[in-house]
Order: sequence, then C-alpha cells, then structure tokens
Amino acid sequence: MASAAERLAVSDQTRRNWLLAAPALILLLLGAAGPLLVVVAYSFLKPGEFSGVTWEFTFDAWIGVFLQQDIFDETWGLADAHLAIFWRSAKLSVLTTVMTFVIGFPMAWFIATRPANKRAIWLFLVTIPFWTNLLIRTFAILEVIRNQGVINSALIGLGLIDEPIQMLYTDAAVLFGMTYVYLPLMVLPLYAAIDRFDFRLAEAAFDLYASRWKMMRRVVLPIVRPGIVAGSILVFVPSLGAYVTPRVLGGGKNMMIGNFIELQFGQGRNWPLGAALSMLLLIVVLGALLLYVRVSSDRAGERHG
Amino acid sequence: MAEARRFSVSAMPGFRAITLAAFAMLYAPIVIIVVYSFNAAESISVWGGLSLEWYGRAWENEQVQEATVRSLLVASLAAAISTVVATAAALGTTHGAPFPGRTFIYAAINQPLMAPEIVTAVALLIVFASVKVATGYTGLGYLILAHSAFCVPFAYLPIRARLEGMDLSLETAAADLYATRWRTFRRVTLPLMAPGVAAGAMLAFVVSLDDVIITEFVKSAGQDTLPTYMLGQLRRAVTPEVNAISTALLGLTVILLTAFFLLSRKRD
Amino acid sequence: MQRQAAVEARGARKVYGSGPAAVAALERVSLEIAEGEFFTLLGPSGCGKTTLLRLIAGFETPTEGQILIGGADVTADPPNRRPVNTVFQSYALFPHLTVAENVGFGLDMLDKPKAEVRATVAEMLALVKLEAMASRRPTQLSGGQQQRVALARALAPRPKLLLLDEPLSALDLKLRKEMQSELKRLQRETGITFVFVTHDQEEALTMSDRVAVMSGGSIQQVGAPREIYNRPVNRFVADFIGETNFLQGALEEGGFRLASGALVTLSDDARGGRPSGAAATLAIRPEQVRLGAGGEAGLPATVSETVYFGTDTHVHARLADGAEVVVRLQSPPSGEIGLSPGAAVTLRLPAEAVQVLDD
Repeated sequence: MASAAERLAVSDQTRRNWLLAAPALILLLLGAAGPLLVVVAYSFLKPGEFSGVTWEFTFDAWIGVFLQQDIFDETWGLADAHLAIFWRSAKLSVLTTVMTFVIGFPMAWFIATRPANKRAIWLFLVTIPFWTNLLIRTFAILEVIRNQGVINSALIGLGLIDEPIQMLYTDAAVLFGMTYVYLPLMVLPLYAAIDRFDFRLAEAAFDLYASRWKMMRRVVLPIVRPGIVAGSILVFVPSLGAYVTPRVLGGGKNMMIGNFIELQFGQGRNWPLGAALSMLLLIVVLGALLLYVRVSSDRAGERHG
Repeated sequence: MAEARRFSVSAMPGFRAITLAAFAMLYAPIVIIVVYSFNAAESISVWGGLSLEWYGRAWENEQVQEATVRSLLVASLAAAISTVVATAAALGTTHGAPFPGRTFIYAAINQPLMAPEIVTAVALLIVFASVKVATGYTGLGYLILAHSAFCVPFAYLPIRARLEGMDLSLETAAADLYATRWRTFRRVTLPLMAPGVAAGAMLAFVVSLDDVIITEFVKSAGQDTLPTYMLGQLRRAVTPEVNAISTALLGLTVILLTAFFLLSRKRD
Repeated sequence: MQRQAAVEARGARKVYGSGPAAVAALERVSLEIAEGEFFTLLGPSGCGKTTLLRLIAGFETPTEGQILIGGADVTADPPNRRPVNTVFQSYALFPHLTVAENVGFGLDMLDKPKAEVRATVAEMLALVKLEAMASRRPTQLSGGQQQRVALARALAPRPKLLLLDEPLSALDLKLRKEMQSELKRLQRETGITFVFVTHDQEEALTMSDRVAVMSGGSIQQVGAPREIYNRPVNRFVADFIGETNFLQGALEEGGFRLASGALVTLSDDARGGRPSGAAATLAIRPEQVRLGAGGEAGLPATVSETVYFGTDTHVHARLADGAEVVVRLQSPPSGEIGLSPGAAVTLRLPAEAVQVLDD
C-alpha cells in the first residue's frame, strides 16, 4: 500500500528513535533490570558457608520462605516468624495507605480549590518534604518521639509524667513515620484528579438536592477514582518495601519484609533466602501495579465506549 | 437584615483544619531538626543558646568531609550521565508518531520506579559482589553506575513532560522555513526543551544525593556517602552533629527544588 | 504556449495506516493552481483539504502521485527545500524568539546576509503594520497580532506559494472580517499565489479567485465562486455551499415532474441533455423561490412555519406531497410578513434559477 518513500521514512524514523533510546536502555540493563534476573537465579541456589552462594540447584530457599523444619523432630511446620513479618508488612502498608488517604484527600481538595495562582505554592509546600531526604524526615520523627525526644521532654518538663512514654520501636511509630513520609505521594495524584474535576458537576448535584457529603460520595469520589487508585498504589508499593523507616523507628523487633531481606544478606548469611524474599516482594508489587494498569485502562475503555 | 451566608460549591467542613494540621505535621519535625542544629547544648531537652558548634564539629570531622565530597561527586556524575541518556531517550520516544516498541521503552525506562528499592539494592549487591571478586576493582564506579541507572526515570520524566507540552508544529514551521533537521534541533527544539533538561538534571541530582538503600548495599568498605554515614551514626547515639548535617543537606535540597520549581513554571 | 501552473497535483493519494486499518485521506487528486491565483480548498473537516495542503508543503509524502511546483517535481523534497511557506492554524510562532527573529527565521536559515535579513524583516513588519512590536515575544501579542506575525514570517522569504491552513479560525468574527480584506490586500501587493484552506463557505466565496470544494478525500467541483454557488455539480456542493431546497422527481419532455405531480419548466442549461424518464433531484436556492397568494398559477403549498432572521424571514411551505420548501424573503419594515401557519400560498420556481442534480 505505502509508497517506497513513505516506508523508508517510517523505518528510518523507528531506527532513529531506538538509537536515541539505546544508551538509556543499556544503562538500565546494567544498573537495574539486568541484576534483577540474577536474583531469580540466586533464589534457586544453596547458601555459601559465610556469605554468597554455592552453585547447586535447590528449592530450599523458596520452601524456607513459608515453611521451617523443627530442629528436634524434623517435622515441617509453617515458618511462624516469617509469616508474622509478612503480616506486619501487609497490615502496616494497608494502614499507611488508609491513613494517607484520610489526611491526603482533604489536603488535595483544599489545594485544588484555592485560586489558580496560589495552588502552585501549596503544591510546592507538599513537594518539598517529598524530595527531602527520607532518612532526614524519618530521623526528624525519631527526634520527636524518642524517650529523650521533644514530646517526652516537654511532658516531663511540664510535670505531667515522670517516666518517658515508650513510643519509639512500636508498630504505631512505624505507621506514623510511614504516613508522614508517604503522605505527599497520596496528595499529588489526588490533587491531579480533583484539579480536573468539573465543579459544575458539584453545582448540578447541589441543584438536585444532594447534601455536601452525598455530593462528595456520589459524584466526586467516583469521578476521581483513578487518582485514588494511583495514590494508593504509590503509597502501598513503597510501604511494602520500606526499609529505612521501620529500621529507624521500629528497631530490631518490629521488622518489615525489607529489613528481613537485608538481614539475610548481613547477619543471616542466607543469600538464597534473601533472593527468594526479594522476588516474592517484587511479585506482589508488580501484581499491584498490574491491577492498577487494568483499573486505569478499564476507565479509559469506558470513556471511549 | 442579616446577610445570607455565601454559598461555596467547593468548601467542605473541616477540610481546611485537616489540611493546616497536616502541613504543621509535615513541617514541625523538620523545623525541630533545623532549630536544634543551632542548639549549644548536647541534649535535645535543653536549650543551651544559639551556636554553630555542631556545624563546626561536622565540618572538622574527616569522615563527614569525605562523605560530603563523595556524595557530591557521585550525585554530579550520576545526574550528568542520566540526564544525557534521558534527553536522548525522551527525544526518541516523545517526539513524533508512535513507533514499534515505544511502549516497551517507556516501561523499561520507568522500571526502577516500579521495583521496590530494597529489591534493586539486593540485586546490585549480588551482581557487583561477584564482579568485585572477579575484577578486583572496588572503586566508586559501582555507585556511579547504580545511581546513574535509577536516576534515569527521574531525569526522563520532566524532559518528556516538556517535550510533550511542546507544539510539534513549531518544528514543522522551522522545516517550512528552510531549516535542516540539525538546525531545527539546535535553533528550536533544544532552546525550548532546555528548562526540562535542567529540571531533570536537578531532580536526578537530588535523588542521587538522598539515596540510602542502594548506596548502603552497593558501596565498598569506606565508601560512605552522607546519608549512609548518618544511618551508621543513628545506630549509635543521636548527636546534634547529625542535626547539623541534615540541615545543611536540607538547605541544598530546598535550593535545588526551588530552582526546579521556577524552571518548570517557565512558560516559553 | 500554455502558462506554467504555480502548483500541480497529479493523482496525489494519501493513505494513513496499513492493512485493514488503512484510511485514505486523499483519493488520487489532480489539480492545477495558476500563478498569482487566490485559490481556496473548501470542505468539512476530514475532507482531505489539510492533507492536500500538507502534501504541497512537504510535511507528508504522497502514497501515490506527484506534486509539482513551478513545473518541477518536488514529491521527494523535504519541506525545507521547497519554495513554499505555510501560515499554520495555530500560528506556530517560536515562543523563545522575538517577533523580528520569528519573521527573519526563514531568511536566516537560507543564510542570507544579516543586512538583507534586517531590511526584509523591517519591510515585512511594515507590510503587516507591526513595526512597533519587533522586539516583543509572540506570547505578549493579541491573537490578531500573532496572526500578522505568522503571515509576515511566511511571506518574508518570498515563497512561490503561500499556504494558509485555516489561519482565521481562531479569531473572533470582527477580527476575521478585518483579516480577510487584509489577506486580499497582501496577496494583491505581493503577487504571490495563495492556497487557502477553510471550512467556512462565506470566507471561500468572498476571498477566492477559484474554489475547490472537497469531500471524502476527493475534489467535487473546481470553479469561480459564482459558478460554484449558482451551478453546483452535485448535491454535496449544493448543500454545503449556502442553503438549498431539494425536490425529488423525474425528467419529462416538457420539464421536471415533481412527486406532487406538478411540472417545473427547465432551461436547456439546467437540463444538460439528460434523457426523459431519469429520476433526478431538483435544486433551488431559497432566495430564488417566488411566493404568491393562494390560487395563483404555480405550485400550491401551505405555510408550516415562519422564522424571523432580522434582514430576512424564512417561510417554510409544504407541498401537496409533504415535501418542504424554504423561501427566503426580505423582511418588510414592519418585520411582519403577514403569513401565519396554515395559510395557503403559491410557489413559483423560475426556470433560470432551477438546477437538476443526478441522484
């Protein structure tokens, strides 16, 4: 169908585009995506004596993720310690997502309803903490809640308590820290969705006798749903893989899966188990992302249909 | 007669209060760190007067000096490398008609954003450990490679956004006015995308400067950057010296972000 | 000796996509535009007029056929090697350059000496009356001023051919009228061939030397504005340009037999040698229909509605077979034409105003 000149122009264009993208792709293959494939291989090997692996194929690491063998009677049972860590990771990640939504939605709404020239400033105020070192922000929370920290010092100084309240190294501390750290990730996509919301629809809802909350629930929330899903994924995924926040605020006992993985490469000296755990985490995260893609493309389909 | 209360479509009861409280919560801990970095007393519970002592101590600390130089070196190189490759990739992927494989390239470039950082860190540890043994090279190259890679999507996104917002008919117009492909790029495309490139470079720099997890796993012995040095310090006791370092790093980030903000708002 | 055409399309065809998803935007169009002409491509969106313009400019390569400019085949030339400039619908002014730099861009790319560029820019800015704006940025100008810069920029290299892609569509009505006469003036003063794309029939009729009406990727009719309006070759052209009444029927020895049974006399020109017995459509403009009182000689009809338009009043009248005919009358000073729905009237269709269109 196409003339020779046309075909030449198209294939020329495609080759040029791929050449332009090639350096980025090679860099990513070497420094990010490629090594992930090696992790898959490692999860099927035996641990080395001190660290690393010995090159012997086995499913031990994957079995060890969920099951453990009793040292005395050699029976297999569920690896309770592992499951407790998975459960804590899942629970804290879901709670973090809920908390950031409860706080983030009013923020996003408030910002989106400011005059156009003020919105950029408010957004900038949300963005600064987002790009500020995660370690510094977690460290700031540590300074506030530790036993010699701001809150306890103030309460003791005021004579309200004699002994510091133990806030650090609890699940609540980790939850608070993660909510604090990931809040901007919820606010930004919610804002983007609410900003596109046509407020004449709200007027129409009020005109048809909706109360404020009914208008919110029946009109706004369904329309901004893609923003809610995007924000939830953006918070849930890094929460699940969190490492710094649970390490600093949760301490050694309140580990999440990220810290548990690190442990296998440090004191645990079980690289294959660490590799298998990493893959498990990656699979769950990619599953969540696929779900997101499906939800958002469903929406796109509805619009075209 | 009482004036009727003005009706606002968008006002929701309580939203303002929640927002202001949330902003207070976001900024209070950061403010506390900044304030206490100037505290003369060692304990956070006592205010010992204004002092730059902790900045002085951090400044004289050889480990801090080395970590600072290393952080800036790695971040500069990673930002430069990732911005160059991301600019080329953005030109290839966002300019003009869709082509076979474009979706794949998008996905590949954004891949570092999709994998949890701890997983990437573990993967790099595994691979680089073998490479270190095989080659005997333990220099900064590993850190620079890893940082350059995960900075690519951060550099790419603002450049792509800039190019997507760009009116393609401008290039058509240049071609219509007798500009060759190269002159069109130099005289029209490049000046118009420059703010996006600068913004991408800055984001990449900030992201590299702030990285903890990947650096912690990839670095060889004695290759602490500022964040990993601080993480190591936290394991022991919290000293106001860390407050001072945090404040300095915070200042640098805010300056770069403000520049980013102004650049991305630049219209023409 | 035949005069050289400024631009010529020979069987130019453009297909987008391939396989079953292929869409033909342009179907083997052949067209010649004479030197110095103000030529308009007119049609609804998606008719192929912009595609044809882009083929001439060189932004697209034809799937088949050739494009010739000044007799030379330029089909394979990129846009920067064609002596053609375009005024874009969005203007496409470079936001990072000043007005003067925008206007001088083309000459700069042709590596003209600086002094020449400066002189031509000044001349062009004077031509579009924007001397005072030379050092402004395009974003600081109004829509009408941006339009003038776009014109000056495209005229500055003295192209053989100026292409204008719906350049007035972004302007409000008053400004549009102003720019229409401005464009005519510029074309007269520069003598450059203009190829103008629009979907606005009034714009096409008032400005052009010749018009090509396009639909579905092909040219339906080419001709002077009067010819297009008064002698449309098919139903599409008659319907797209102005308003037209269509009446079904068949040709007979003495004229055109309507479905209602009445016979309409035809001129030889309108009949065009068509044989008797052929089914056809009769077309007549609303302002050409004569309206008489009920009972007079002509087609008996009943008023169903009158619509007041200010200068005109439209009378919708229904014939015996239910077909509706619109009659346009000049509104009387009182504004009342004194016809209410249900009134009996007579319609006369003058032979010289009637057209026959093949079905």
